[in-house]
Parts: sequence; C-alpha cells; structure tokens
Amino acid sequence: MDIPATPEQGTPQVNPAPSASGSVSPGTTGQARPAGAPARPSAATPAPKKPKQDKPPEADPGIWRISRRNFFSVAGWAAFFVFLATSTIGTLRMMFPRILYEPPSAFKAGFPSDYLVGEVSEKYKDDYRVWIVREPEGFYALSAICTHLGCTPRWLESENKFKCPCHGSGYRRSGINFEGPAPRPLDRLKITLAEDGQILIDRNIKFRFENGDWVKPDAYLKYS
Amino acid sequence: MLKIREKLQQTELWKSVFRHNYQDTNRNRALQIVDNVFLHLHPVRISRHATNLGFTWGMGGITFLLFIILTITGVILMFYYRPAAEYAYEDMKYLMNDVAFGPLIRNMHRWAAHAMVITVMLHMFRVFLTGSYKPPRQFNWVVGVILLVLTLLLSFTGYLLPWDQLAIWAVTVGTNMARATPLLGHEGPFGPQLGMRIDNDVRFVLLGGTQVGPPTLLRFYVGHCIFLPVIASVFMIVHFWRIRKDGGISGPATDIKE
Repeated sequence: MDIPATPEQGTPQVNPAPSASGSVSPGTTGQARPAGAPARPSAATPAPKKPKQDKPPEADPGIWRISRRNFFSVAGWAAFFVFLATSTIGTLRMMFPRILYEPPSAFKAGFPSDYLVGEVSEKYKDDYRVWIVREPEGFYALSAICTHLGCTPRWLESENKFKCPCHGSGYRRSGINFEGPAPRPLDRLKITLAEDGQILIDRNIKFRFENGDWVKPDAYLKYS
Repeated sequence: MLKIREKLQQTELWKSVFRHNYQDTNRNRALQIVDNVFLHLHPVRISRHATNLGFTWGMGGITFLLFIILTITGVILMFYYRPAAEYAYEDMKYLMNDVAFGPLIRNMHRWAAHAMVITVMLHMFRVFLTGSYKPPRQFNWVVGVILLVLTLLLSFTGYLLPWDQLAIWAVTVGTNMARATPLLGHEGPFGPQLGMRIDNDVRFVLLGGTQVGPPTLLRFYVGHCIFLPVIASVFMIVHFWRIRKDGGISGPATDIKE
C-alpha cells in the first residue's frame, strides 16, 4: 500500500478513527468541509461545530490513509474481491472436463488381409467415424465427418459415392467433393501398420487435399 | 345467506384480502390496483389508444403469456424426463405414449416454443414499424435484442433434449459454427494463435467434450431449465419496468424531464 507523500510533519496528528467520539458522529472525518474554511474551530467561536479535520482536503490521502479502520476496510474489500475472482475462475475452470468418455483418437483396425480389394469398409464408422478404403496398391482412411457442417455421410455402394443426409453433399470414393454445399474434400487420416501387423489409424493427424497433404507418406498405406 | 356473507366480510382474513370497497371514484379505483402486489404490476391507468390492438398487436403480452405456459409445462415435463443419454429418448417416448396427458403437455411445450420465437419476431417487427426503438426507448430496444437472443438460445438448447437423431445432428451442426468463433474457437480467426485446440475452445465448453455426447445433453438441460430462463426473467423484469418508465406500451414517449 503506497501512501502519497504528504507534508505530515506540519499538521498535528489527530487521528479520529480509534477515538470513541469519532465513531458517534459520522462525517467528522470528513470530506464535506467547504473549501477555505479554517482547519479547526477556534476557541472564540464554539457555537457551530466544525467537522474535525486533521489535514486539508487536498492533502488528505483518503482511503489510502492507514488508520486501523481503513486497514480493515481495505483488507475486507480485498478479501471480498479475491474471493469473487477466485470463485469465478474456479467455476470457469470447472466447465472444462479433465476426463472425456469418448472413443480414443488412435485405434487398431485389424489386419490388412481382413479387407477385400476395392472395398469401402464401414466397420469402424459407428465407433470412430472412419471409412477404410482398400485399393489394389494399399489403404487410405477417410474421416466420416462432412466438411460442410459435420454430419456423418453415408457410403452408397451402388452409386459409388459418399452422400451426406443433412444437406446433400456428395463425395467420390477418393473423398473429393463433387456436389452439394461441401466446400472441400473429406479429410484423410494417418494410417500406418502397427508392430503387430495391424492397421493403425490416428484420427488426430489429418491430411487435407487442398493443402497437398494426400501425397504425404502417412496418408496412404502401401500394401499389396 | 346474506347474514353469513356480511359476517364473512367482517372477518380479518376477508379484510386483509379485499382492502377496498366498490366505490367508483378515481381514487378508490387507483387504490384497488396499487394496494395489490399482483395488480400493481399493471399501470393504474392507461390511455385509450394503448388498448388498440392495431397499434401493438399485443405481441409482447402474447410472448410473455407463452413464456409462462412454457415455464409451467416445462416444469411438469421435468417430472418424467431424465437428462441422461441412457434415459432421455426413452423418457420422451414414455411421455408421448404412456403418460396420461403426456402428449398434451409435451405438445403444448413444443408449440408454445415455436410460437414464442414467432411472436418475438413479430413483436420486434412491430416495434420497428412504430418507431418505438427511438429515444427514450432505445435502451429497451437493446434489452429486447438480448431477450431475442435468449429466446433463440432457449429454443436451441431445448431442441437437443429429445435426444433423437434429428436433435443430435442439428446440435452438431449448430455447435460446429462455434469452431469458427474469433479468438475463442480453434478454427476461427486468431484462435490457433491464442492456443485454441479442439479440447479447450468455446465449443468444448458448450459441449463438455469434443463431440455431442452425454455431457452435452446435461449441459443443455441445465442451461435450458435453469440458467437461460433465470437470465431471461431478469431481463424481462427490466424490459417491463422500462416500458412503464418510458411512457407505457403505446403512444408517444414521456418527455424526459431533467
């Protein structure tokens, strides 16, 4: 707490706070004294009781004057606002869950021999929203999240396309969009072989066609 | 019979409820209104044109009536609905098929909700047409816009609660827009630069996860039943208070005396 440097030595220190008389008459510590009035009533004019004033108003440090009463007042308010701030921060933090009961981002999708060449597998669509497409040269994993507004499209085998039921976006087998409001192709996901020979897919690593990501090594699993 | 009535009217209870007689004087009529906590919410007297439906369409009042209907039917629905992913859809089906008067209450809630969005719009349209957003009513226009947003949020949060495919995907689509929130969304402008990821941005807080799931249902339920109605009620109090202070529901505004 910093106190403004005031010429304190010139004025006799009559601190009204701890005294009993100061507490019974409110306003005596006051700020309401008209400017220019004498600092204390002279002995000759006892009739109008001027408020006690130990310093001229302009030199009065106000709330920053550390009397015992002010100290407790400031400490009380500080405690109140600290409480308010910490409980607000705590409540906001509480809204961010630490544990998510959601499927993990990486999962094993069985052995490559489980898939038929030319197949668009929907085996992992319900749990992980991923299609696994088997081509003669290998595999790629498509994210089953429509790039328009995030619905789950459907694989229509007979029409050889993915079709979103929400707003009609359509994608080729490769994931390239060709109809409806979708602004860009489906994401491809990181697909590799795990040590035990199973296909490993990480949904957190996405490859975007428009960024030229699809030619990157992890976007396509070579297998024949 | 008359004697019983006379005796009844002398009782302490009767006199506490009915504090004024039937005297048809301006003063007595005003007292009857002002001395009653419920009636005093109404102005003691209004100008004749204020009751003209052509001026106000009664849309604000109808909106408030619908809000009351929604509160009552909503509380009744809470007796049968459990906001957990395992139960929510089943409870909705139970309400619609096996609960006595369940379909009536649920449909009242549903149609009143649709109607409230419409009447809020019409109310806003009317206020615009009659220029009632102009000073000194400009503050109340802002309060009204906040109430419009709260109404739409109530509608949106209530939409998820049946927990069917339509609800889940509608809310998925709706909350995906929050990804693009400036600063606070992980796909919005300056979001990634501020460290926003899919598991710490504003959408994550709304959903309670990275996708619409059981935590989302609970969050939307609490918001729909507690948080948003309470906030809306507070703003409605201010809204109605400002109407009175700014010169009533219709007609020219009161002069600002200063």
